Parts: sequence; structure tokens; C-alpha cells
Amino acid sequence: MLERPSRRRREKSDMQRKEVFEKVVKILTPHVKNQAALAQVSDSTHILDDLKVNSARLVDVVLAFEDEFDIEIPDEDVDAVNTIGDCVNLVLAKLG
Amino acid sequence: MTRRVVITGLGVVAPNANGLADFELALRKGRSGIRRNAEMEKCGFGCRVAGVPQGTDALAEAAFDADELLAMNSSHRYCSLAALEAWLDAGLVRPERGDDRVDWETGAVLGTGIGGMDTVAEKIVPLVNEGRVRRLGSTAVEQCMASGVSARVSGQLALGNQVTTNSSACSTGVEAIAMGAERIRRGLASRMLCGGAEGASHYIWAGFDSMRVLCRGFNDEPEKASRPLSASAGGFVPGAGAGVLVLESLESARARGARIHAELLGSALNCGGHRGGGSMTAPNPTAVRRCVGAALADAGIDGAAVDLVNGHLTATGADPSEVGSWSAALGRGPASFPTLTATKSLIGHTLGAAGAIECVATVLMLAGRFAHPCRNSEDLHPEIEAFAAAIPHEERELSEATIAVKAGFGFGDVNACAVFRRWDARAA
Repeated sequence: MLERPSRRRREKSDMQRKEVFEKVVKILTPHVKNQAALAQVSDSTHILDDLKVNSARLVDVVLAFEDEFDIEIPDEDVDAVNTIGDCVNLVLAKLG
Repeated sequence: MTRRVVITGLGVVAPNANGLADFELALRKGRSGIRRNAEMEKCGFGCRVAGVPQGTDALAEAAFDADELLAMNSSHRYCSLAALEAWLDAGLVRPERGDDRVDWETGAVLGTGIGGMDTVAEKIVPLVNEGRVRRLGSTAVEQCMASGVSARVSGQLALGNQVTTNSSACSTGVEAIAMGAERIRRGLASRMLCGGAEGASHYIWAGFDSMRVLCRGFNDEPEKASRPLSASAGGFVPGAGAGVLVLESLESARARGARIHAELLGSALNCGGHRGGGSMTAPNPTAVRRCVGAALADAGIDGAAVDLVNGHLTATGADPSEVGSWSAALGRGPASFPTLTATKSLIGHTLGAAGAIECVATVLMLAGRFAHPCRNSEDLHPEIEAFAAAIPHEERELSEATIAVKAGFGFGDVNACAVFRRWDARAA
């Protein structure tokens, strides 16, 4: 039988996700060319298609994630990142 | 096809002023932009003064997007600010972000002498040496590629004609104007943004310091350090900034009712081939005379018609020879020499930007009918003393001035010269 996460652990995890989400959005913000999409940002927001971030700048975004969260993100992991949710999941996975 | 070329827009970021209005005021007052430089002091330079534009980060932050600013070193910031000012001064509308239209009729020749040396020295070399190449991110190439300055501006203004960066050391700025004008004359473009930019970095200036061509004798009196034509000149003062001119075919300018600052009557480019006294670092005087003569011929005027000369005049030992070359090329001896000034006396030598900033100054002087003081030249070099009457130490009114000539001479023995005529409806 799987142990269900306690309510307290769930709350902590939700809080951490929210915090990472906000930091991810903050890091992306200077690169965003579609401000309207930024105003309605969610996990499913596509970084290139919706926010119109120049694809070359993803390199700088990933470096900023590494600095902000004190993690290392291998290049192969970056290729799978398309949405804000992907970024958040990647950062949370690296944070353990 | 040969079309007339006029100047409809000007923009400037200079050590003594940012923007046209304050720059003209600074010229008239003889305001110096030379200050002590902390980096040069810290690094043990012989010369510890420089001409660095002030307050440009705040101007850039107000004018450009955050994403763009992350990829703009000092030469990009100066060039973009000057280009934007020139564009607006020409009465053109800044394209909105998201507007997908391209201006196929407008291009740019925006040069630089040394390029993104600050990016190379402060980012690329240390990170690569530390084995941290990955940390360079995506913005290193666009900031150190030679064409970075023109590429940056083309994106900001949606330029669709030829966009390139020229480089011919200290003749870069004047050369850019000659190159852009040629394209308009041939009917290949209606408008060209022409000029040059140079970043502010002691890494750019270090090699000049070790050559002992920078001024070392006035570190405690920065405003006296840049001394073209002076007996006590001891080398040039390095500087930074950008100047941009909007060159336009007369037809295009008239069709849109643009205000015209001046006409670019003619220009010429050549090289001395490192012969006849010329070398990598010294100009062949015959080439200098030929270049000025060819520009006059291209303009269809005689040397006798010239009212104002804004020389290259760097405050090195080359100034007396330069004055001799001007005298020979114009056919004007000391008694009849036109007013002679040197913008470097106020801003130092801004290298790849020098010709461009000084062409902006020349057009402003012509349109405003004045010559700015040639600062720090009270003790004229003995070989130049005979020309004393031509050299203003205060603002000089030139109410009848019609023709001004500006030249730039660069390492590599390269020369560029441009002839401007004050815009006058009667002469048009």
C-alpha cells in the first residue's frame, strides 16, 4: 500500500511549486515579446510560441535558472523544455 | 545614375554631450568631455584620462527593451542611441515592436574601429580560460562580431537595404558616410544611416598606451589633455561614443517634405600604400592630399570655395604634416587658409566613431554658421603658427560659410574625406 503524502507535505510541495513558478516567470520576463500572453501565464504557456521569446535566449534563461536555484541543468534536459510547466518540473526535479 | 545626397537626420553620443541640442551647445561653448579614468589609473596606464559619454545607460534603458539591453555592450548602446536620435531627427517614425513591415529602401553603414573589445576582454577571455565556455550564454557573438553595431540598429529600425559595418581604423566614420552616399547616388537606396561607434573600454586603449601615442602629461588636468595643433601636444586622448547621419536622396527628402541639414556634395577614399612616408601608423602625405583633392573634385568645387576645415588632428606629432597637406590640397597658404578647428580638442579621439561624431559637428557648425573653439591650441606648434588666424580659440561666427570639409586618416594609411554644403534653398 502506497503511503499518501501528508497534508502538510502536500502544502509544502504546492508552496515550493508556486515559488519556483514565480521565479521562472520572473527570469523569462525580460525576454518576453508578447506582453499579453505574459499577463495570463500558466503552466501550459509555450515559451517560444506564446511568449515569443527568441529561441537563442533559452541558453541565457537556463543559465539564470542555474544561478537562481543553485542547480545544474545538462544541455540534453533543455531540449525537452517547451512550456512554463516544463521549466518548473525540470527545476523541481533538480532540486530533488 | 547620380543622385544628389542630403543629410536629413543627425544623432550623437559624445563625451561632452548626448543628443544634438546639448552637443551643439557644448561645441559652441568649447565644453570638454575629458575626465580622469579610474580603470586606466588602476591598470597603470601612462595616460589616465579619457573621453567617455556620461549617463548613457539610463538613456539606453529608457529607449530599448530589457531583452535587447542584455545583449548591448557600450558600442551597441552608443550606436543605437545615436541611430535612434538621427532617425527621429529625420522625421521618421520608429517601428513598433510586432510591426512586421521592413523598410527596403533604407540601409546602414555603421562602422567601428576595434569592435566589441569590452565583451571579449570582460566575458569571453576570462570564461573560456576558466573552462566555463557554457557560461557565455547566447549574447557573446552578437556583441563582439564586427558587424554587431549595424546589425543591432537594423533590427531596431527594420532596415531592409544593405546593412553592413565598415572598419578602417580612425577613418571609419567618414568612410561610412562616403560608402553610404555612393549607394544612394547609384540609386540602390533612398536612405542610408551612416556613421560609426566605439565602445568605452580601457582594453581598447591599452595597445595605444603601450605604443606611447596617448597623452601622458596632463593626467591631473584632464580638460587640457587633448591639444591638437599645440606645441605642447603629447599624444591623443582616447574616447568613445557614436555619431550617425541619415543620408537621403534629394528626391526622397523632397517627396516627404523632410528638413535638410546640409548637402553631402562629394567624398573620396584612398590609401597611401605604406609608401612615401606612409606606414601602418603614419599617413603618406601624398595620399592625404590626393584624397582631399579627389573629394573636392567629386564635389565639383575648388579649394578656394572651402570656408571651414574640421581636421583629423589628433594632437600627435602628425598635426603639422596634416596642416601642410590641407594647405597643399586646398591650394590655400597660411594667409588665405579657411577656418580650421579640431573637434578632438573637446572630446578626444573616439577612434572608429571619430569621423562620424566630427561629421555631425561639422554639419551642425555649417548649419549653425559657426566654428567651435579649438581648445588647448593657444600655444600653436611652431610649424603651424603661420596659420594662427585660421584657428579659433573662442566660438567663431561664420555667417557666410557655405562649404565645410571633414577628413579622417587612419592606421593602415587609409584616408577618407567628405565635403558638405550648407543647405540653402536658393542654391538648390
